[in-house]
Amino acid sequence: MSFFEMKTPAAARRFFLQRSGVVLSGAAVALLAGNDALAATSAKGSGKDSAGDVRILNTALGAELEAIAAYGVGAKSGLLEKPVLDLAVVFQGHHKEHADVLAKTIQKLGGKPVAAKSQYNFPTDQLKSQADVLKFAAGLEKGAVSAYLGAVPLFRNRDLSKAAASILGDEAMHYAVLRNALGEAPVPSAFVS
Amino acid sequence: MFRNTGIAVALLLLGLYSGGEVVAADAKKGEEIYGRCLACHALAYDRVGPRHCGLIGRKAGSVPGFNYSPAMKRSGLTWNEKTLNRFLKNPPATVPGTTMTYAGIPDAKERADLIAYLKSVNQSDACPRPASR
Repeated sequence: MSFFEMKTPAAARRFFLQRSGVVLSGAAVALLAGNDALAATSAKGSGKDSAGDVRILNTALGAELEAIAAYGVGAKSGLLEKPVLDLAVVFQGHHKEHADVLAKTIQKLGGKPVAAKSQYNFPTDQLKSQADVLKFAAGLEKGAVSAYLGAVPLFRNRDLSKAAASILGDEAMHYAVLRNALGEAPVPSAFVS
Repeated sequence: MFRNTGIAVALLLLGLYSGGEVVAADAKKGEEIYGRCLACHALAYDRVGPRHCGLIGRKAGSVPGFNYSPAMKRSGLTWNEKTLNRFLKNPPATVPGTTMTYAGIPDAKERADLIAYLKSVNQSDACPRPASR
């Protein structure tokens, strides 16, 4: 039986993990999996060195919160038609998951997560069509890929690098799908930068 | 010595002299590289990071109303080709404690292109003109 024949996403994920031999471990992955006790134990180990990591996570959280708001603006603009509208809502949901994990991780490391702003600046006057919204979102996603790429090597806790790389992969998929929706080559190059 | 200094000045006029590297800047390529900044920055308005219109010549940490890190506010930097080149190469090393938690742009040519773009865009319609008094 192949991966694509699995009846449910959960079954497909189990199948993938069993066959690929992926080993999940560490504080960040524990957080991603919702294992708070393990995450807290690992966080203690990083101790006083976590301030820099908290700063990185908070910058990422700020960008994620803005992305959630941006997708909200796009979804409510009336410019998106199905199935693009559904896509925007799904991607917004991913950013909400990222933000949730980042905020919880910051708290476990003893930091204070940044809050969403009451108001964001978006170039709404320039968004006049579905393509405009898609281009705007694609630009944000491309930037997010670069931001996470620039953050991955900075973490002292390598588990957090792994978690950031996991989010980076998700942002890259968003970017590719948005480009595809725009009729552009979904994967424009072999590397991201 | 003076002859070498003269050569260096001439090279600076052509592009960017960066620790033994001389690179000619291309603002068009810099615009593409600016795409990497778009998770946090915009030209004309503040986001997670401050706006970039008016960047050249601006004192670091001085955009009114923007919530800078204490490290950036006390950095003492004023943004020009030289300081931007140093900062963009490795922001956390240049301003320890900055919230621009980005490893930097190691390629001198890419930094030069990006700086050229940031310089050029300030004169474009993308950046609103300051209100005349």
